[in-house]
Amino acid sequence: MFMRPTAALAALFLMSTAPLALAAEKPTDPQIAHIAYTAGTIDIEAAKLAIEKSKNKEIIAFAKDMERDHEAVNKQALDLVKKLKVTPEDNDTSKTLAKAAKEERAKLAKLKGADFDKAYIENEIAYHKQVDGALETLLIPSASNAELKSLLETGLKIFQGHEQHAEHVAGMLK
Amino acid sequence: MRPLLLAPMLATVLVASPAFAATIEVTIDKLVFSPGSVQAKVGDTIEWTNKDMFAHTATVKGAWDVMIPAKSKGKVTLKTAGAVDYFCRFHPNMRGRVEVAP
Repeated sequence: MFMRPTAALAALFLMSTAPLALAAEKPTDPQIAHIAYTAGTIDIEAAKLAIEKSKNKEIIAFAKDMERDHEAVNKQALDLVKKLKVTPEDNDTSKTLAKAAKEERAKLAKLKGADFDKAYIENEIAYHKQVDGALETLLIPSASNAELKSLLETGLKIFQGHEQHAEHVAGMLK
Repeated sequence: MRPLLLAPMLATVLVASPAFAATIEVTIDKLVFSPGSVQAKVGDTIEWTNKDMFAHTATVKGAWDVMIPAKSKGKVTLKTAGAVDYFCRFHPNMRGRVEVAP
């Protein structure tokens, strides 16, 4: 270990408290709407990349399903925020999601063929799991508007379905 | 109401004879098939009404694969007896069951 004990401690402290700090701060409805919309957009962009790059018929079909479903959810989200006169508000969770997605896309863009397919579908599984977790533990319990909560609950079912679908597609690639 | 309904019913019976084939309705709302389990007879039709903005399917591996577009309907006529579990290919967490009597 080259780290000085205090620095190591500080690093440990940061690592262990960062996710807690995020969870402790309850997002507001405008922030939740922004996070949900951002999460959908990220998956649409990943799908577009897969449709463009992949030659695998199962992957392309899956990506088109993702694009179609997430566009439908996001349209519902936009209609709802308009109806509720809520302006989605950018926030640290949205920024973190967008940054991680940008990095993932850059990584995927460099891959080809079966390597791309495998990395894309594995990321889809991991990403949907991550969003499911955020919806279940943070976004749904924090939402105060009943219609927003209901849309998030439908969103959770969609995401859980996609996760299972992605696992099925990943199983077929092997 | 009765006389009005009788004519189309008679026509259906004539076309679909010899059995009295029924149409069983299943609704899809917020990724849930409802009722989740239905009972039918060979020759009956299951008709799904999709209220979601998402396309779904009612799929039985090796048997049927019914497309049910968003805000639309899909149907299948049951040809074999037995209980089958079906699911949505796009959202495999959506599941339903049909018990088909001979």
